[in-house]
Amino acid sequence: MLGYVARRLLLAVFVLWGAVTVVFIVVRLVPADPAVLIAGETATPEQIAALRAEMGLDRPLLLQYLGYLGKAVTGNFGNSYTQNVPVTQLIGQVLPNTVLLAVLACVFAVIVSFPLGLLAALRVNRFSDRAVTTLSLLTQSLPGFWVGIVLMLVFSRKLNWLPSAGLDSPASLVLPTITLALPFIAILVRMTRSGLLEVMGEGYIVTARSKGLPERTVIFPHAIRNATIPIITIVGLEFGTLLGGAVITETVFSFPGIGRLLVTSIQVRDYAVVQACVLVIAVAFVLVNLIIDLLYGYLDPRVRLS
Amino acid sequence: MSQSTPVALEKSVPPDAPLLSVQNLQVEFSTSAGVVRALDGVSFDVRRGETIAILGESGSGKSVTAQAIMALLPRPAGSIVGGSIRYADRDLVTLPAKDVRRLCGTEIAMIFQDPLSSLNPVFRVGWQIAEPFRRRLGIDKRQALAKALELLDRVGIPDAERRIRDYPHQFSGGQRQRIMIAMAIALEPKLLIADEPTTALDVTVQSQVMKLLANLQAETGMGMILISHDLGVVADVAKRAAIMYAGRIVEAGTIREVYDHPAHPYTRGLLESIPSTTVIGERLTPIPGGPPNLLALPTGCAFHPRCPHAIDRCRDEIPQLRRPDGWEPTHVAACFRSEEVLAHD
Amino acid sequence: MTTAARAGAAARTMRRARRARRGVRLRIVIPLIIVALYVVGAILVPILYHFDPLHTELLYRLKPPGTTVADGKTAIFGTDQVGQDMFAQMMMGARVSLTVGALTLLFAGVFGVLVGLLSGHFGGWIDMALMRIADIQLAFPSILLAILLASVLGQGLTNIIIVLSIASWVVFARVTRSQVLALKNREYVDAARTLGAGHLHLMFRTQLPGCLAPILVVATVEFGHVILAEAALSFLGVGVPLGVPSLGSSIQAGTAYLTTAWWISTLPGIALAILVLATGILGDALRDRFDPRLRSA
Repeated sequence: MLGYVARRLLLAVFVLWGAVTVVFIVVRLVPADPAVLIAGETATPEQIAALRAEMGLDRPLLLQYLGYLGKAVTGNFGNSYTQNVPVTQLIGQVLPNTVLLAVLACVFAVIVSFPLGLLAALRVNRFSDRAVTTLSLLTQSLPGFWVGIVLMLVFSRKLNWLPSAGLDSPASLVLPTITLALPFIAILVRMTRSGLLEVMGEGYIVTARSKGLPERTVIFPHAIRNATIPIITIVGLEFGTLLGGAVITETVFSFPGIGRLLVTSIQVRDYAVVQACVLVIAVAFVLVNLIIDLLYGYLDPRVRLS
Repeated sequence: MSQSTPVALEKSVPPDAPLLSVQNLQVEFSTSAGVVRALDGVSFDVRRGETIAILGESGSGKSVTAQAIMALLPRPAGSIVGGSIRYADRDLVTLPAKDVRRLCGTEIAMIFQDPLSSLNPVFRVGWQIAEPFRRRLGIDKRQALAKALELLDRVGIPDAERRIRDYPHQFSGGQRQRIMIAMAIALEPKLLIADEPTTALDVTVQSQVMKLLANLQAETGMGMILISHDLGVVADVAKRAAIMYAGRIVEAGTIREVYDHPAHPYTRGLLESIPSTTVIGERLTPIPGGPPNLLALPTGCAFHPRCPHAIDRCRDEIPQLRRPDGWEPTHVAACFRSEEVLAHD
Repeated sequence: MTTAARAGAAARTMRRARRARRGVRLRIVIPLIIVALYVVGAILVPILYHFDPLHTELLYRLKPPGTTVADGKTAIFGTDQVGQDMFAQMMMGARVSLTVGALTLLFAGVFGVLVGLLSGHFGGWIDMALMRIADIQLAFPSILLAILLASVLGQGLTNIIIVLSIASWVVFARVTRSQVLALKNREYVDAARTLGAGHLHLMFRTQLPGCLAPILVVATVEFGHVILAEAALSFLGVGVPLGVPSLGSSIQAGTAYLTTAWWISTLPGIALAILVLATGILGDALRDRFDPRLRSA
């Protein structure tokens, strides 16, 4: 188990280093000079040169990279180009909202999709299975931002039941949560179904039946415990899609989260904020997957004890 | 025809009623390519304390027979379409699967070919052996684990006290099969079905496991159905043998009759393809051709395309089980030419 | 259970098996027809309607579906905020979606399959290096990577295709690699190797054909994902440039008129969903057809 944990940790650190580096390279690709962006169109060449020196932009690229790495490790992303405040402060204001939204969507998705996936697997190829799988495929095909817009149109504009934007009350969370959870539900239902179906064909399920256990016990815990392992892996991988979805959902509902901060920063070309937002999301994704890898080791003794 | 079935023959001999009586069992599978008759009129009896071996190539219907008895046929593809399986005054064919399942474990138990895939990888072996006690008898966890420990000792797992907390993948193949056996005999079933119990094991371990099964049977007096493709493995343990081919029993009798005087060319072919341990340098004779395609069985006797004795009648007519002229009353074969086959001895 | 009832049960399972088989065929043919209709519509409709993205018809703006407009034609899907026919505009948008989808698949597919073949065939440090790159890439949710790249590269069709190709090659690489690893030790590959086949021959003539079925399945599913991603980018304003109608940008434009003209946002969304649904069903059906055990990716 220790070797396994060490390997996963090492890989996570490596991937994080890679992510930081990729963001560095991508942001350096920006044709515009950040000093020009900050100083504004009216600045004199001398002012810009001074700013470049202050920001370290005149140093060799390698030094810039090393300095940037050091700052990234300590969580220091400098100041926003457009607002004269530290990037960390901007992110700190909105990150809890996004975490809340993501957690709510995750919990909601798991609660909804698990029973549906179970139902489909136990009634495979019957009507209820066909209905559930068709519905989940349909849900998966809907563009997330469009679902948000339609929900907003129906529930806020026409029926006036729920607020359409911002985060003023718990009610403001309802529509964004549903919008964010829907594609996740669709994938989870399908994965729960196929995972269970695969497990139900295994030898130990036949053994459990041959012990005279009622079908209920064959499923809980024999099948479920095994099916959970691949399902959890999928949850981890799809968590990235969920985070990507958060960017869009937050934009649609003007939700004060990190995704919306990212999009508005892109619009005003505030790359200091952009790179920090992207990194925070990547870190969140890597951490969630690290946790899931460790959970995997806990759930599967074959991994834990090898 | 009735006087030629083994059951009719044997009913006149035994003093006590059979534990399990399978009569004219027919099982069909629907596949995407069509309906397959996996079992076609299989009949046999098992008595208390008796071991019967069911032998044949893969696809001959051995395992399907076991699955049909335990209500474990894959659903919805497989279904019993005829015949009866009588166990203690009940016909398991007409009984709902749920009620058959209730007999599993307590009355009839089963062990499988591959002990690794048959044990649940994510639960400790102690938990898995204790499960029947807890769920079926309602015994509390501590007592059930104590019973599981006794069983592990009994099936010969060394250091059982410590190993009861291990997971299946931490055991060797032979030990896993011992664990499966411990689980199967937990509730003291009256009948044990062993489906290729030694096939996945090393040759040296095979005889140990067979010996364990034989000892347990002697202690408990349970009936046993031993399913195998390996005629050698079952020779010392089973009293009677039934040879299956293409979903039918083609020969049955005591194991000595069947092995020493095979009356069906298929049995003969099987025996001739076993390497002998006594004669060195002997040439093995394989059976020509391959196992039949159940979707397109030959007409008449399913074995006739591979049979050296085949005559025109074999192509047109399905031979029924009958006693060859002048042989033991318990020995039956489904061949028109048994007398000629026997004459080759 | 009587014998008749048992025979009935067997017949029922047979019927179900046959229905399932016919189902797979239908699930392949119908989505193909739908995609074909989109292709034909995307090519012909804008021409037939003399569609001009810069044209405005202020007199006929925000008209609901079914309104008769200036030249006596009926705008079956209504008109948008500058008086353009929604149907023609959606088909023009489908043109963009289909083009972006097809070209992205081509680039991402070729590159990903190449990487997968190299990685799986040579193994060792090549595999190690390529797969770690894939791991890093997977640290970014693909839409996030696309947003970041698109914001840096700027708007434009070429850029979108580049961005989406970068965001989706990994799937192809992973599927190809795992398939090559599975095939690598098959007898026919060994046979080719012992006959002295070179690396190129082994990769492209021996292993690649065995990977095609799963790659086709992945490509079908990815096509839907790419189209959705393009729409999302355009919706966020980092996709197609202004003046190029895309389904995503039409939906975005309509958000300002949600209460007065619901159709501007709603209808392109439905058109997009039908197209993506068709590819999703097709992908599922192909998976059932080629390999019932192939999953995820």
